[in-house]
Amino acid sequence: MEPAAIHEELKSRFGDAVMEFREGNGDPFIVVNGSHLLEIAAYLKEAQGLHFDSLMCLSSVDYGENYAVVYHLYSMQHKRRVVLKVYVEKADPRITSVQSVWKAANWHEREAYDLMGIRFEGHPDLSRILLPEDWPGHPLRKDYVFPEEYDGIPCHRE
Amino acid sequence: MRKMINEMPGNVLFTTVDQFLNWGRFSSLWYLLFALACCGIELMQAGGPRTDLDRFGAMFRATPRQSDLMIVAGTLTYKMASRLKLLYHQMPEPKYVISMGSCANCGGLFQLGYSVVEGVDLIIPVDVYVPGCPPRPEALAEGIIKLQELIKKEKYLVKDN
Ligand code: SF4
Repeated sequence: MEPAAIHEELKSRFGDAVMEFREGNGDPFIVVNGSHLLEIAAYLKEAQGLHFDSLMCLSSVDYGENYAVVYHLYSMQHKRRVVLKVYVEKADPRITSVQSVWKAANWHEREAYDLMGIRFEGHPDLSRILLPEDWPGHPLRKDYVFPEEYDGIPCHRE
Repeated sequence: MRKMINEMPGNVLFTTVDQFLNWGRFSSLWYLLFALACCGIELMQAGGPRTDLDRFGAMFRATPRQSDLMIVAGTLTYKMASRLKLLYHQMPEPKYVISMGSCANCGGLFQLGYSVVEGVDLIIPVDVYVPGCPPRPEALAEGIIKLQELIKKEKYLVKDN
């Protein structure tokens, strides 16, 4: 099943929670609504003919006006892939954790939280994974302001 | 004097106390087994049979409490900085630091990154800087020889004014 057909199937099942399907220069992707993410994820994993049992990558993007979380899924059985994208608000970036569906999401979500500040609700331990625990802010945000110093060490950046 | 010397048993050397202490110190520069990034691979190589740091009396110790020299080999992140400081303070005096590679010297090619300290000298005093990315083992050996020259010039017995 091609990504376009998967989009059709999801659309018929979840209605408005599944938004547009886009093809561009990179991988084609399906935009879904964050409020129904968990059901859609579980369906993609379990449903006959889909079986997207592997979360290859979970990443986050800062588009300026909002953030996005991107899920690259792979089906070991059918040897095919699909990309989901969820847009989240800039003011209060929150999204459901898919950790209960794909265990691999655990550390990926912590990384996205650490570097982009996206809160994954329902995550068992949403703490920083790379940076020190007391680091100020989330450095991969486009509007990140570097601290003057950290732990007595100057952090000057040009 | 000549009579006294002639009456001494064989194998007697004359030297100053400073020279004697420094001789002991520069001939046994035990370095801490500690590496942060890719430069660490060259550091291991420098301990191997080709460059063979052992011949300068420099060999690695697995604990800071037995080390005289810290070779900071690699990229120092802010998260690691406090650990580095702790290890440095655990080393007994007199202690020396070689900063190995561009990353340790100035942050290297990661210096604009959000997580990298722009040089270990912001945290601990450095005696010798070895440039390169990574420096070849020969360069590190040269750095150790430079440090030995520094140690040879040290004076401990000075009058306290
Ligand atoms: S100086 Fe070069 S080789 Fe050494 S740690 Fe930095 S990037 Fe790696």
